[in-house]
Amino acid sequence: MDDTEAKTNKAGGRQCSICNQRRAALKRPKTLQQICKECFYAVFEEEIHQVIVDNHLFKPGERIAIGASGGKDSTVLAYVLSELNRRHNYGLNLFLLSVDEGITGYRDDSLETVKRNEVQYGLPLKVVSYKDLYGWTMDEIVKMIGLKNNCTFCGVFRRQALDRGAALLKTDKLATGHNADDIAETILLNILRGDIARLSRCTSITTGEDGPIPRCKPFKYTYEKEIVIYPCSIYSPNAYRGFAREFIKDLERIRPRAILDIIKSGENFRISTSTKMPEQGTCERCGYISSQKWCKACVLLEGLNRGLPKLGIGRTRGLNNGQNKDMDQTNGMKNIHSKECGTLDF
Amino acid sequence: MDAGGTCDARESEGKELQGSSSNKTSRPYMFGALRANWMRWRKLQNIEQRGRIKVNVNGRLCPVELRLVDEAITGDDGRLCSGCFRSSLFGKFKLAVTSHGMISPTDNVLVAFSGGPSSRVALQFVHEMQHKAQKNFIASRDKSLPVFGVGVAFIDESAINCVPSHEFEKAIQDIQLIVSNLAPPAKELHISPIESIFSLDSTDGRNKLKELLLSITDVTGKEDLLQHLLMISLQKIAFDKGYNKLVLGSCTSRIASHVISATVKGQGYSLPADIQYVDARWEIPVVLPLRDCLAQELNMLCSLDSLKTLEVLNGPCSGINGLVSSFVALLQKENPSRDRTIVRTAEKLTPFHFNRIPETDDHNDHLSSLRRHKKFNLKSNESIPSEFFCPICSSPLNKSDLQSLSNLESCQNSAEFFGASCCPSCQFQILPKGDSSMEHFHSLLPQPIIARAKDGSCGTGSWLREQIKDCLLSDDEDGT
Ligand SMILES: [Zn+2]
Ligand SMILES: [Zn+2]
Ligand SMILES: [Zn+2]
Ligand SMILES: [Zn+2]
Repeated sequence: MDDTEAKTNKAGGRQCSICNQRRAALKRPKTLQQICKECFYAVFEEEIHQVIVDNHLFKPGERIAIGASGGKDSTVLAYVLSELNRRHNYGLNLFLLSVDEGITGYRDDSLETVKRNEVQYGLPLKVVSYKDLYGWTMDEIVKMIGLKNNCTFCGVFRRQALDRGAALLKTDKLATGHNADDIAETILLNILRGDIARLSRCTSITTGEDGPIPRCKPFKYTYEKEIVIYPCSIYSPNAYRGFAREFIKDLERIRPRAILDIIKSGENFRISTSTKMPEQGTCERCGYISSQKWCKACVLLEGLNRGLPKLGIGRTRGLNNGQNKDMDQTNGMKNIHSKECGTLDF
Repeated sequence: MDAGGTCDARESEGKELQGSSSNKTSRPYMFGALRANWMRWRKLQNIEQRGRIKVNVNGRLCPVELRLVDEAITGDDGRLCSGCFRSSLFGKFKLAVTSHGMISPTDNVLVAFSGGPSSRVALQFVHEMQHKAQKNFIASRDKSLPVFGVGVAFIDESAINCVPSHEFEKAIQDIQLIVSNLAPPAKELHISPIESIFSLDSTDGRNKLKELLLSITDVTGKEDLLQHLLMISLQKIAFDKGYNKLVLGSCTSRIASHVISATVKGQGYSLPADIQYVDARWEIPVVLPLRDCLAQELNMLCSLDSLKTLEVLNGPCSGINGLVSSFVALLQKENPSRDRTIVRTAEKLTPFHFNRIPETDDHNDHLSSLRRHKKFNLKSNESIPSEFFCPICSSPLNKSDLQSLSNLESCQNSAEFFGASCCPSCQFQILPKGDSSMEHFHSLLPQPIIARAKDGSCGTGSWLREQIKDCLLSDDEDGT
């Protein structure tokens, strides 16, 4: 099919298959259409606009925090959202939200990028520090507990940081840069783990509507490859890729639509409503969503504050035995995991 | 099973079973020991659950019989001696069969045999069950319980696999030998070329099949269509020869791969239909008694018991399917219970109403087995929803896909209508693009597929047909 397409294009001087005017400059990763740069930007942005409109992601006048990590996804998200907000009169009050873990030297580069975005796109930047959110910087935590266990802390704290920051700044909604590849990967991982509750939740474009800060993913159907070739994208190395991510890239190579198909499968899974909505209470201490009395972060903080840093570290198997049977495997999944701890947990 | 050797587990089992303990034989799953096996299997699971298995690990003792374990035998139940391994595997088969009412005494079951280890074990186990039933029948005074019949089907794919003819003939001889050795009771073997669903004339059928496959550009689509044709062929044999159940050897590992590949192909909605113990959307209900056995276990049993298999005939898969199976193999290597977890996830999806043996009221003999499997079945729903099925892959279609179907009034001819009634996945990977090639493709399809599109579904729900009656009436050329 590709061959014949290429041939006709050659005959017609490889014209853009959308506008039929300019020369095709790239093969669109999602569809393999040969199109010109201008048309690529246009369809890229228009698709995201369509997703926002179709799913009623925002309401006029809302105050929206864009989770800004300094990576490519959030950089492009910040640009595209501010552009669409202007072009289509969303009437949104956008700002960048960044978290400073307080690790010496670690976030300097990414904070630099975020600060540049602030100037370039005219979006105000708010930085909240771990000190603001938890009363401890990561450096202080490491000093307290040693390097060995800090993964538990960084996973739990990072997972909550954006939401806590957004709440601190009186935000209506938090927009994150999770793209189609991330979502496809999460669907696969949840299948591999047997986690049906997460499997049913992870495809929703907006989550936590019952919680303090709803989160939405305007890039749900946007391919990572397209984000990378979008002009304002910045280079951000992929630190580690898990099995599942590699698998998705392999699939994309032989069938680009596989990523969308995985998401479609995830959306259409027949999951009974009783499994769909697991009892989700809130933490008695901080109000953050938690299935236990106290959320994980509060348990860890309690330990830190009482000088018992090991409190809450390790499996909670003893606490909720049985019901966690299928999820035990999560611990064996380290190799399959990708990205930094905590980032994929939505 | 090896003779002699004291086994604590077996002795205590005898006490539990009381009467049957006197009947101890050297062959665990013959005679009255079937129940004993089941008990042993349950016991094994209990041991596993209580974590007691750990005690025996370093000494490499079989947790059931406390016998030294052969290094090679490590099923997913820990390490067992070959006897216990065999009976635990048979126990899984037996449990699946009894708890889902897969085989009842009046049945005539057809076992699909591909030559691979999974279907080889399925054949072996079905035979052992039948053999035992026969013995019971002879021993019983009133002859009240009839013995179910067993036939074997082999689909000859030589039209597409280009196996050298001498190799193929050798394979056929091997299969005949395998089946004739599984007697008594004797089993009929049906060998049918896959092209026979296309035409009564074999050359004509062969040409149509080849041309049909040639018209598909996507490698994965080609492979999948072949699988669907295989199923249609098996259904045809079962129907023509008077069987009422079709037994497939699909094991956990195979199903795990299917879960991932269906997800990747966007078939999340229909996935639960394919992975249950029973799939009665077909004319002849399909049952999967080896659904809880891992591929490694089945392979191991074949080598332990020297069950002959024919690997040569199984072509390698490529495209998406190949990618998926190497991905699943990789995961399996990293964690041996991964296959099981994947299948367990898919099990939590809601199955369809046809995922159980249809209840027939006319057989009194069925009653006991019906009663038995009823409680394991899905909640009997008040109103059975009608499904619309893709005529190519037989997947139930999702509501949103049906909605796009309903604006079909515009369709010009039966080929176009056919194309529009296929699921999105088949539309993408199997159907050709363009009207003229679609018509050509449609003209090559075998009758059963065409008929399914016309019926509107595999038996239920003809609302769609009513909706687009005009279209059908205006273009009804392939009557027969
Ligand atoms: Zn263009
Ligand atoms: Zn809390
Ligand atoms: Zn043993
Ligand atoms: Zn289909």
